[in-house]
Amino acid sequence: MKVKLEHLTKRFPNRNRKIKAEVVAVDDFNFEIPDGRLVGLLGPSGCGKSTTLNLISGLEKPTEGKIFFGDEDVTNLPPENRGVGLVFQNYALYPHLTVLQNILFPLQNLKGEARPTKAQMLEKAAEAAKLVQIDELMDRRPSELSGGQQQRVAIARALVKTPRILLLDEPLSNLDARLRLQTREEIRRIQRETGVTTIFVTHDQEEAMSISDLIVVMKNGVIQQTGKPQEVYDEPVNLFVATFLGTPPINVFEGKISGGRLYIGEDAVMNMDGAPEGEVWAAIRPEGFVLSENGPFNCALRRVEVMGRDTSVVAAHPGSTAEQLRAIISAENRVDTSSERVRFAIKPNKLFIFDRETEERIPFRAL
Amino acid sequence: MKQSNFKAWLYLLPAVLFLGVFMVYPLVEVVIYSFEEGYNSASQTVFGVGGYNYSYVLHDPYFLQAVRNTFIIVIITVPVSTGLALLISVGLSSVKPLRELYQTVYFLPYVTNTLAVGLVFMILFKKTAYTDGMVNLLINFFGGESVDFIEGPYWAKMFVMCFYTVWVVLPFKILVLTSALASVDRTYYNAARVDGTSKLRIFTRITLPMISPMIFYLIITGFIGAFKAYSDEVALFGVNLNAAGMNTIVGYVYDMLYGNGGGYPSFASAAALILFAIVLTITCINLLVSRKSAR
Repeated sequence: MKVKLEHLTKRFPNRNRKIKAEVVAVDDFNFEIPDGRLVGLLGPSGCGKSTTLNLISGLEKPTEGKIFFGDEDVTNLPPENRGVGLVFQNYALYPHLTVLQNILFPLQNLKGEARPTKAQMLEKAAEAAKLVQIDELMDRRPSELSGGQQQRVAIARALVKTPRILLLDEPLSNLDARLRLQTREEIRRIQRETGVTTIFVTHDQEEAMSISDLIVVMKNGVIQQTGKPQEVYDEPVNLFVATFLGTPPINVFEGKISGGRLYIGEDAVMNMDGAPEGEVWAAIRPEGFVLSENGPFNCALRRVEVMGRDTSVVAAHPGSTAEQLRAIISAENRVDTSSERVRFAIKPNKLFIFDRETEERIPFRAL
Repeated sequence: MKQSNFKAWLYLLPAVLFLGVFMVYPLVEVVIYSFEEGYNSASQTVFGVGGYNYSYVLHDPYFLQAVRNTFIIVIITVPVSTGLALLISVGLSSVKPLRELYQTVYFLPYVTNTLAVGLVFMILFKKTAYTDGMVNLLINFFGGESVDFIEGPYWAKMFVMCFYTVWVVLPFKILVLTSALASVDRTYYNAARVDGTSKLRIFTRITLPMISPMIFYLIITGFIGAFKAYSDEVALFGVNLNAAGMNTIVGYVYDMLYGNGGGYPSFASAAALILFAIVLTITCINLLVSRKSAR
């Protein structure tokens, strides 16, 4: 099922009643989610991504704008008539019911012709449980399950009524690091097997990048950029998107373009064409540094962290906005740790420049 | 090891001392009294030891009347008050405007003196030479005949008694239940809404099980409280409850100690222990039931 958001806006009255101005949680969203895709809503906490999810589920009413499932306008439909499955951040499994009873719960709500027989219900529940691989645990209570198992039960409960859209609110945030890796693969697999259009919310860019077909990067209720994860990573439209995506984070420098050259501090890093003269933000991905004896980028070497597959060089540069910068280079390159300086050349496709005021991306051509 | 044990006992000493002197010792004394036949408090003498006190109490028509009254009050008021409290608290938590005002109004009886409330009930129900009372005026208005609720037939007195008891115990139960309802995580309701659960089903399948520990708590304490009823009866029917036929077990114990025919601590102790046995049995049954349903 395709999901279309048109000028979707949600404003809340301010918590502090003395302040008249409303809080804009979601600001004029226009976005279309193609059928059968896994979409990650990504942004720092408080950026309105959970509100967006609640608007799609119907738990919140939009202040303005419309929501379409396929061609059907569902803006004014109550949640129960939208056919969405929602997995809550804390799973919201009913603690007094067993796993089986939890999964059966949505089916038992159905009325009239839509209501399956008891045998059909059990069959559907077993099917959903099998899909998320919890069929062994049907008689347990939620309190007797691990976090990962609870998560699976919650997904089974959301899937059992074959929803048109599956919504996941921070599905991995309550799991430990190892389970998180495993569970995100699981979510990907379940989504592939069922083919249900899935929207999930996360503040973890790695999580979103790794499993999504599409990501939507949000900040303060405004969509910053949408696209395939790699595209957004390679072509960020502004400084926020560039800094939000990627681990280790991108290195940001105060730069200046003068005479067709980008200067960071004293170093003339790159000759370029097409960028206006003046002060800019220059951002370089950690993998954009290449060790080079005569490289233009001259840093003070702090330390070298060898991590098997690759080497992380921690250095300092006067133009950097952070105290130190981090470069990831292949482990085959040996860094002379006795030296106090280290010099890099910069890969042009890993360097972005942004307007100093608007922080919008400035396109350029490296020479 | 020794040292820390000593310290532990030292810290416990105040509590142990007070509980021992004011609770354990009197309890033991009550048990002893109840088996001492013909105890005379003036001469501190007894005729012998045995079960005569129990036999006397169990054959005393006043005691049997008191047991009957107590059981009727318990069986009627505990379910009615708990059910009403549940209805009112659900209502309270679903209204938004003026909720705090309503909560205060419902809580007022709790902080009001029993005797003052009894006086108000007298005005409502008592028939005097000058007026038949508010409730009778209402009954007359709808074409019924006046009933003397305070000095009239047994069922009328029992009705007032139960009505009064329910009204008095209601506020505490409402308070407990509204806070229990408020503590249920909202995401359960959101999850149920997304799954299209009807209001009734949300209440019976989610809300009720979630607050069931509190309901059981209220039922158990309600039973215990109702079995110990006494002051409410005095507030409505005066101190001579035997004459009014409205005595309760605790009232009987009090009468045996200090009433007109008072001065019988042995009979009072026996009656008190019988009450203890009844309350213990009922509480055990309650706990068993609540544990079973929690499973």
